[in-house]
Amino acid sequence: MNFLLNKQTEKIIGSKRVKGLLFKDGSKVAADLVVMAVGIRPNVQLAKDSRIHVNRGIIVDDYMQTDSPNIHAVGECAEHREVVYGLVAPLYEQGKIVAEKICGVEGKKYEGSVVSTQLKVSGVDVFSAGRFMDSDDTKSIKVYDDFEGVYKKVVIQDNKVIGAVLFGNISDGPKLLGMINKGTDISDLPKVSILQSSADGSSESPVITVITMANSEVICGCNGVTKSTICEAIVENGLTTVDQVKNCTNASRSCGGCKPLVQDLLEHTLGDDFDQSDIKEAICSCTNLSREEVIEEIKGKKLKFVKEVMNVLGWKNDEGCSKCRPALNYYLGMLYPSEYNDEEESRFVNERLHANIQADGTYSVVPRMYGGVTNANDLRKIADVSDKYDVAMIKLTGGQRIDLLGIKKEDLPKVWAELDMPSGYAYGKALRTVKTCVGSRFCRFGTQDSTQLGIDLEKKFERLNTPHKVKMSVSACPRNCAESGIKDVGIVGVDGGFEMYVGGNGGTHLRAGDLLCTVKTEEEVFEFTSAFLQYYRETANYLERTSKWVERTGLEHVREMLFDQKSRQQLVERMDESLTHTKDPWKEIVENENKQEKLFQNLSSAVPSRV
Amino acid sequence: MERIQVAYINNLSERLGKSVKLGNLEIALFKLSNGEVRAIENSCPHKGGLLSQGIVSGEHVFCPLHDWKICTGDGEVQAPDEGCVRTYKVEIQDEKVYVCL
Ligand code: FES
Repeated sequence: MNFLLNKQTEKIIGSKRVKGLLFKDGSKVAADLVVMAVGIRPNVQLAKDSRIHVNRGIIVDDYMQTDSPNIHAVGECAEHREVVYGLVAPLYEQGKIVAEKICGVEGKKYEGSVVSTQLKVSGVDVFSAGRFMDSDDTKSIKVYDDFEGVYKKVVIQDNKVIGAVLFGNISDGPKLLGMINKGTDISDLPKVSILQSSADGSSESPVITVITMANSEVICGCNGVTKSTICEAIVENGLTTVDQVKNCTNASRSCGGCKPLVQDLLEHTLGDDFDQSDIKEAICSCTNLSREEVIEEIKGKKLKFVKEVMNVLGWKNDEGCSKCRPALNYYLGMLYPSEYNDEEESRFVNERLHANIQADGTYSVVPRMYGGVTNANDLRKIADVSDKYDVAMIKLTGGQRIDLLGIKKEDLPKVWAELDMPSGYAYGKALRTVKTCVGSRFCRFGTQDSTQLGIDLEKKFERLNTPHKVKMSVSACPRNCAESGIKDVGIVGVDGGFEMYVGGNGGTHLRAGDLLCTVKTEEEVFEFTSAFLQYYRETANYLERTSKWVERTGLEHVREMLFDQKSRQQLVERMDESLTHTKDPWKEIVENENKQEKLFQNLSSAVPSRV
Repeated sequence: MERIQVAYINNLSERLGKSVKLGNLEIALFKLSNGEVRAIENSCPHKGGLLSQGIVSGEHVFCPLHDWKICTGDGEVQAPDEGCVRTYKVEIQDEKVYVCL
């Protein structure tokens, strides 16, 4: 037998069938059959260097403690009772044990985890759990159905299920995992029924399975959510969809493997109230499709116009409504930044006219003032314009800008031309402002130049379309004069770096931001802001603020996307692509008489005196 | 009945309303996507929102202030809200748009 270690495969050679492999170092080897196996290797260097006992992983006891009393290890670097787990579910269980240990709570020992995985391999669903290899003291039940492309195997020891592997149809997975975890005695069960899937219409329907589960039984292994937690949440909060259960309890948030069980619990708990068609949230009453489905269809069918989306996807109202039209317009612009032509008639008035409509039908104008910094020249222009166009009120905004209120629609293009300042986007689902404090240039407490960083951030992200408005701020020290704790993205300068808070909100949904990360340089602030905003743009529902979105998506998930260097890089690239296609709307309108006439001019006619 | 010319048909863009002043009267003029032109009172029965600035869908317009949905054909506010606006007959002749008062 010949082992070639430390080789990296570059290519499989052969056109009709495999002939061999080409490696990165240029060498080749002939082959008739190639078997691929992929795994992970624990990173234990740090422990090794610190002289902590290491085998394949870092050796830990039943409290996740290494051989050094104050050092613990969890997750894929840890080796417990000779097992190294490469999955996320055991990490959560181990994390709990360590947390109890650290907090001095008398807790359970870690007894190891039964792991299950669910994958798609070359388009085939695969599920495996527990010990699924036969040995002398095990028996197994196997099903192999060539017609349906299904293979199932359940391994049994002492009348208990200890492992299972399923190919093709994996709907029995959660049920089998439950039996493994519970150690269900199957001596009384007809053996074939163990493998009867729910769709067979067999005597034991899946709903019966969840009913018979104990209340304390864990349904979602990833997040440790029990049956009773889910049932109570359904009843107390009137939940009707798997998505709502996920948001409320975290069940099925991580791997999603328990979704069928959650669904069964919903059916069982709600009884007749359960409506199949209600399983997801439609984007508006013109369709039954959810945002995710609409986006999938747009991508899959390469739909390019609002009208086309509605036609192809069978909208109930031919031309949609005030909810879906702006939403589709946004989604299309986000998906096709270079090609899509924004549809004015699908925009809410403020975004169509680039000003805020007021109760009396006049508009307000807020010019851009990067970082809240202005100068005498701009102020003079603002004063002159205010005189000339009878501005009814000049008001300082919460975002450190100047708001000119009471301007007539017809005057807007002239006002913009005379101000000759960029649009401040105070009307837009876009970056509104980057609020800043004075910072290290003047302030004796400032640790960072917050004003300049705020200006730079605003210059970079201005004009970007987002699902809802986005407010940012930069404070130069933890006194946080720019209120970074309640912004969509809030930066707080600290000695030697920056803390980045996300999902904060000072409005309707008052919420303190979550600390996303602490970074050392301004470049990193830009990088993480880009990636965060892009991920928000791509996955939030239209009109969903980051505060709601972070709660729905889960901060951990957002972190996973952003901390993975590759996915972060891709997000940043897509953001940069989107940013290259923005133009200042005021300038565009000032230079385009057609648009002025179409959008801003009123008509009038003389009438006979008696009317 | 008085017939007043208020616009040329090419002054109007599909699904973008226009406000027309006729003395003390203000009318919202819409060209629907089927080419038909409709005229209604340019003031929402709720709090006077300018309907000419609303999003137009089929023969309905959504008020820009609080999203009431109003039919440009019979002027009726759609449920769950209630009310109605005045509607005016529109005639088109030789590219000219007339409103009948
Ligand atoms: S004014 Fe029209 S909906 Fe309120």
